[in-house]
Formats: sequence, structure tokens, C-alpha cells
Amino acid sequence: MIIKGKVWKYGNDVNTDVIFPGKYTYTVTDPAEMAKVALEDLDPEFAQKVQKGDIIVGGTNFGCGSSREQAAACLVSAGVGAVIAKTFARIYFRNCINFGLPALTSALAVDAVVHGETIEIDTDKGEIRCQAGVFKFPPLPREVVGIFDAGGLIPYTKKQMGIE
Amino acid sequence: MGKTFSEKILGVKAGKSVVPGEIIEVEPDVAMSHDNTAAISKTFYKIGVERVCYPERHVVILDHCTPAANEKFAQNHKDIREFVHQQGIRNFYDIHVGICHQVMPEKGHVWPGALIVGADSHTTSYGAFGAFSTGIGRSEMAAIMARGKIWLRVPETIRVSVEGKFPPGISSKDLMLKIAGTIGADGALYKAIEFCGPTIEQMSVASRFVLSNMAVEVGAKAGYMVPNRAILDFLQGRVKREFEIIQSDPDAEYETEYRFDVSDLEPMVAKPHTVDNVVPVSMVKGTKIDQVFFGSCTNARVEDFEVVAEVLRGKKVHPGVRMLVFPASREVFLEVLKKGWIQDLADAGCVIMNPGCGPCMGNHEGVPANGEVTLATSNRNFKGRLGNKEAFVYLVSPRTAAVSALTGKIEDFRE
Ligand code: SF4
Repeated sequence: MIIKGKVWKYGNDVNTDVIFPGKYTYTVTDPAEMAKVALEDLDPEFAQKVQKGDIIVGGTNFGCGSSREQAAACLVSAGVGAVIAKTFARIYFRNCINFGLPALTSALAVDAVVHGETIEIDTDKGEIRCQAGVFKFPPLPREVVGIFDAGGLIPYTKKQMGIE
Repeated sequence: MGKTFSEKILGVKAGKSVVPGEIIEVEPDVAMSHDNTAAISKTFYKIGVERVCYPERHVVILDHCTPAANEKFAQNHKDIREFVHQQGIRNFYDIHVGICHQVMPEKGHVWPGALIVGADSHTTSYGAFGAFSTGIGRSEMAAIMARGKIWLRVPETIRVSVEGKFPPGISSKDLMLKIAGTIGADGALYKAIEFCGPTIEQMSVASRFVLSNMAVEVGAKAGYMVPNRAILDFLQGRVKREFEIIQSDPDAEYETEYRFDVSDLEPMVAKPHTVDNVVPVSMVKGTKIDQVFFGSCTNARVEDFEVVAEVLRGKKVHPGVRMLVFPASREVFLEVLKKGWIQDLADAGCVIMNPGCGPCMGNHEGVPANGEVTLATSNRNFKGRLGNKEAFVYLVSPRTAAVSALTGKIEDFRE
């Protein structure tokens, strides 16, 4: 799969409270509404300007904090194609897989890409292509590829249980 | 070579010998969810299953916005009550019982050697009781309701050993903030922490809780300790089943080891807006405060109330400060009520609130105004955490919170 989009670059420790504020977790549930508050407390411009396929780039510990999966889901609703970070917080990484949102780890790519540039991700080859060059990222663990390939945890669970 | 606690317990659950980095599928003994159960139930029905496969393994506790702040939260609670009723989930605790992480051990849903998952990041808390417990997402909880299973990665383990005697008034919260400041908010990313050493062995239940609870704030997947006498006494009569204490082998391999000596520890403060932005209190002394939030699953237990009551008894909270008090649970509330400490706090001018999360995640009951400073005994100070991104949260121990409430500015209680 090729994912192509504009880069939205942020720093280290982007936490789930700034990606999807806690005060909305029980009240904002419609995907389109969730997209509107994505990254609200970090970058108010993001939700207005994000385009389908855009790529979020963060530093270390991306998605730390709460277990709220809306912090992954709201990015999917907003059309984000992938998140690249130096490292991901554990539950956030799981939530990305469970929502079929590619969460890629490449410290070199994070340092190299520039906010606003258009980059390309080739998930089959495991490559991030940007102005500065081509960067490799490690494949997902074999065991979780199945979830990802099924389109997320819910379709995967259906498949496991033989539900059409 | 020996195995760590995590490798052992996950190995038992997987039915084979496991090594760090391996991904396994396991059946949790207990699965906890809270106000997010309505959303979980909707995802569950989307899977196309009618019945929760092991209703007896689920525990549902309403705490995050209790009582409901508006009609949306009210509907959310109503949906949950209907769901647990329909599905025969009998371990259900309605809005009057308390914060999930306190209620879980109180009601006997936590035991040494258990594998527990929760749709809440602070599920790491039960490591204090010798369980392997970790947070998961809502969809994962829905999938467990459908299939009873989840995948977990066997974590590497970091050892944090603590020695020394706490100076007077210094608590495990100061220690935990010190640890966060030292190893950083991602210092234990995807790893298990094992807390050990003489100081940990002697700690009370409440003090140990703080460390396992906040293990997730340094990125950890779990925060284990070998249960001590205090823990076993606490569990007595609550846990109605046999259990076995699982311990790391003496020759187990750890990825890293950190050592802390608490003998000269100072009161510590995490400044806005990250938990690892930690300084000794002397560096922020004098900062004006508008609100004190004494509550949360980190620090609102009986021993915390004892400290706060001792500080405030016969005195008055500064007129410029709103001090909000949220007992961790109804059990805690009843006990501190009986001891007369609620009276002390109310006399001092505190606002006594209901057991529950309160403003901890910004839903209600104490959202600060723009520019205001809150001193909180909770575990997170991210921007917007209390519901307003223009406000500031400093994390402290209950003693620092109480002493500062008296003067309206951050104080060093040793002076
Ligand atoms: S008290 Fe705060 S941290 Fe603890 S469970 Fe409630 S919202 Fe989460």
C-alpha cells in the first residue's frame, strides 16, 4: 500500500489529552465530530486543514497518557494515513493497530522530514520516502499483522469467530 | 537462566515458556471497564455476538463522571446499567462506590498472580498486590467480551530498587515523582517495572499503590511488587479464592536496574505540563495557587486523609483557595468519616465531594478557569487534563497540597 500526504510534525510526548481531550470522551462519539476535535489542544489548525492521507510525525513516546482509543480513532476519522514516531506509548500503539492506522517507527525519518512537505510511505517495502531520502521502518510483528490486514480488531475478531 | 515475574505469569497463562518480545494470546482472569462500558458495549454488538462469553470475569464500575454532569453522561450511565443487566455482569458497582482502581481490590477482584486487564491506563495499579495488570483499549475490551482472549507482548523488565527510611512527612508520592523525573515519561516504555528493596517491603498498601498506579506515567506496561504482609492482611476476607504468589527468580535477567535511596528525599513537584517535569519543592515555592484537588486513584486513601486532616485540623484553608476533596471510595469515605477527619476538613473550609474521579480528567466537579493554578494529588498534569488547556496543574503529595492550601501558595512543609 502507498500512503501519500502532507506532514504534520510535532515534538516528543504528544499525549492523548491533547490528541483527544478527556472532556469529550463520553460526549463526542460520532466519527465526523471526533475528527473536528482531533489535536484540539495541540494544534487548533489541524482539524480544519487536514487532508485525506496526511501523515502525522511525532518524536518519542507518541500517544502517552490515557488508554482512550478515540485518540487513534479521531485521526482515522480525520483522514490521517499514518503516524510516524521515534517511539510509541504502548496502549496507543495497540489502539492504532486495532483501528487499522499504520503506526510506524523510524527515528531517522522523524528527524529528516519537514513540517508541511509531502512524503510517501510504501508499506510493502517498509520505506518512507521524503525530500531528505529514503528511510526504512521495521515491519509489524507477525502476530499482529493479521489484525491489521483484516482492517482492525473488530473485523479480525469477527473473522476469528466465523461471523460474516 | 531464571525468569522475571512477568515472564512467569504470562508463561503460565500461555501454557508454555515465554521470552521477552514474544507475542502471546491469553485469557485474562479479570477484565475491568468503567464509564466507557457503554461505548465498549456498542463495539461488542458490532462484532455480531449476542452474549458476553464470560460475564463473571468482567467488572464494571461507574466513577469517571459521577453523578452524571449532563444528559449525555446520564444516558451513558443508563446504557451501561442496561447492558450489565442484560449480560448478567454481576460485578457491577454504580456511582456511589468509588474509583475503579480502589474498588477493584476492595471488592476482592484483585489477587496475587492474577492476570488483569482494564480499559483504563492506570490498571497498572494492581501490581502493588502482586498481580500482572495492564491497560487496554475499548475495542480490545469488546473483543474480550466476545472471545475472552487478548494478545499481549511479553515485556522486558526494569528493576527499581528502593532503600532508606523516608524523612518525616516525605511519602511514596515524592518518591514516584522523583522516579518519573529521573527516568522520564518514556523511561519504561512497553516494559514491566518491578519495584523492590527494603523500603518497598515495608510500605503500606496505600503507599505501594501510588508507585504501581503511576508506573504507567513512565510508560510501563505493569508495575509489580512482591506482596508484603500489609497487602496480604488487606486481601484477607476480600479475596474468596486460593492464590499463589509469583516471584521473579533470583537469577532473572533485567534490562536495567535503577536504585533510589529515600533517606534524603525532598518534597517533589511535577510542574506543568508533563509528569517528568519534576523539581524539588524549593524551586517552585511561593507559586500562587487557586485550587487544590485532593483526590484520584493515586492519593485519596485513608492514610492520605490522615495526613491532610493532621495539617488542616483547627486551621482554615486560605480564602483565595478552593480545596476540593474526593475520597477514593465509599469505604474510604466511611472510614475517614468515622475517624472525624471529614469534620476536620469541612471545618477548615474544604469542599467535601463524592467518592469518584472528580475533575481528574476534566469532565466536571472542579474545572479550573483560564490561567488558574491547581495543586493536585493526582497523577497527570497534561495540558487540558482538568478540562481547560489554559490552566496549570502541579502534581504533589497530599501533605504538600494541604500545607499549601493554608497559605495559598506552594509551600515546603519542612519549614
Ligand atoms: S482518578 Fe483520574 S487517573 Fe484515576 S481512574 Fe479516575 S480519571 Fe483515571
